Amino acid sequence: MATTRARPNVLGFLGALAWLAVVALPLYFLVVASLRTRANFRDGHPLGLPDSLTLENYREVFEGNFPTYFVNNVIVTLGTVLVVLMLTVPAAYAVVRSKSRFSGRAFTLMLVGLVIPAQAVIVPVYLIMSEIGLHDSIYAVILPTAAFALPMSLLILVNGLRDIPGELYEAQALDGASALRTLLTLVLPLAKPPIMVVSVFVALQAWNGYIFPLVLIDSPENRTLTLGLAEFQTQYGTNVPGMLAAIALSMLPIFAVYLVGRRFLLSGLTAGFGK
Amino acid sequence: MKTSRSREVRPSGWYAAPLVMFFALFAVLPLGLVFYLSFTNYDPLFEPQWTGADNWERLREDTNAWDALWRTFLIGGICWAVQTPIALLIGVWSAGPQKNRAVLSSLFFLPLLMSTAAIALLWRRSFDVHAGWTATLPVIGDLDFLGNPDIVLYTVVFAVSWQYIPFHTLLYQSAARTIPGVLYEAATLDGAGRIQQFFRITLPQLRYTVITSTVLMIVGSLTTFDTVLLLTDGGPGQASRILPLHMYITGFRGFEAGYASTIAVVLVLLGALLSLAMVKVTGFRSMESQQEGL
Repeated sequence: MATTRARPNVLGFLGALAWLAVVALPLYFLVVASLRTRANFRDGHPLGLPDSLTLENYREVFEGNFPTYFVNNVIVTLGTVLVVLMLTVPAAYAVVRSKSRFSGRAFTLMLVGLVIPAQAVIVPVYLIMSEIGLHDSIYAVILPTAAFALPMSLLILVNGLRDIPGELYEAQALDGASALRTLLTLVLPLAKPPIMVVSVFVALQAWNGYIFPLVLIDSPENRTLTLGLAEFQTQYGTNVPGMLAAIALSMLPIFAVYLVGRRFLLSGLTAGFGK
Repeated sequence: MKTSRSREVRPSGWYAAPLVMFFALFAVLPLGLVFYLSFTNYDPLFEPQWTGADNWERLREDTNAWDALWRTFLIGGICWAVQTPIALLIGVWSAGPQKNRAVLSSLFFLPLLMSTAAIALLWRRSFDVHAGWTATLPVIGDLDFLGNPDIVLYTVVFAVSWQYIPFHTLLYQSAARTIPGVLYEAATLDGAGRIQQFFRITLPQLRYTVITSTVLMIVGSLTTFDTVLLLTDGGPGQASRILPLHMYITGFRGFEAGYASTIAVVLVLLGALLSLAMVKVTGFRSMESQQEGL
């Protein structure tokens, strides 16, 4: 009887291989083309193996603005994660443990906030940033990116904090700990997994963000990586291998995170959705 | 432990105040402002001036905007029809126990690691009629994916699907893993084949995941902005200009930010309506229980 389930699913396997080809071919093209010389890229078959490989394209990218964009991206990403965690961790603690009506309403507001599309408010965000003099600075990107990551982050943290047993809070109270100390010595260590998920989720959004940098940054020295890619697209119009090298380099940090913390990254990606 | 409930030191509700203030300032205030700006002739270089319902009158006659709205729905609909079956099948398949599935499915997730900008630009180069690799493929090689107005919408759908199918696959994979094996064993005893099992057990068990994934796709289709901007820039002509892109081009290339805000209000209303309709159709409880799943 078990034979029906154990029978190899040939059709499924072939389908999976077909999908693998769809996923892998462009990535193969990306890596191989970024390692070709310009002449070889022009004359060779796009999917063929190159006669010789060169790191020249990567060197060129590094000698351009890429390092600046990269550093800006790191600052935007770390800044956004920091702002989000500082705001959501205490708020999640209040939503889960406080009896006040305010924290309950704050949670409702955030649930409604889930449906605000970030790009629909890009004009007023531009106006606000110009008015408060932050336009064309890295803060102009960090602040709205963080704001639009808040609803989902709070949702994840609240769900995570609900799993902490109430007895632990009572034990803290018996030890005479204040709410603030409970937050620091009990909530923070026990909420590590959801905090990790939120960090990864927010970091990915900030690292890959496009619309806020596009509208809020003008100067080259403040540009982020995704903007830089679009710039390479025009600037390297004829140097496709150089542009592909820039794309490949922009993926490296996330690749590193994927290798180290695959589990957290995947749960961070699907944060809050499904089981 | 009977007195314990009263013994806990509870945090003040004000622990949530900084979050609320921040969100109000950078998300709620802009949302209010966009409504206000939709009644002005705001140009990023000058102060906004009240013009009453002028922008709304203009929107009524703006056939470009209506075409863009139609394209937005079209892309959303085709994306859903393409992505759902593929993600469902791969997700269910990769939820199986074999080793080769684990290896293959970790390769499937690679597009998730790329930014939308990187993906759009990679496909722009791949589809290039001169230097791209798709031109060397049999059968489809002669198609001008980016330059032919009849094809370009499908090209956008393809690039979007390439990016998001892995994500939805992940949803289906983890949901399929929670289906009790007993159900399949019972079905096998009854002599049900693989295809029957899929339709009688797997699909009904995954119905909430289908709903979650559908909601995400529909809301996502209203925000497919950067893919189109970088892949086709709305072209050729306006053949792939969707509503969010139309708004961006109007506001930041045409410097008519007031009118762009009017289009943005339409986007906000559409998003809210779609979410409401989804919640009504699917029931709020089921949505909530899905979100608690993590």
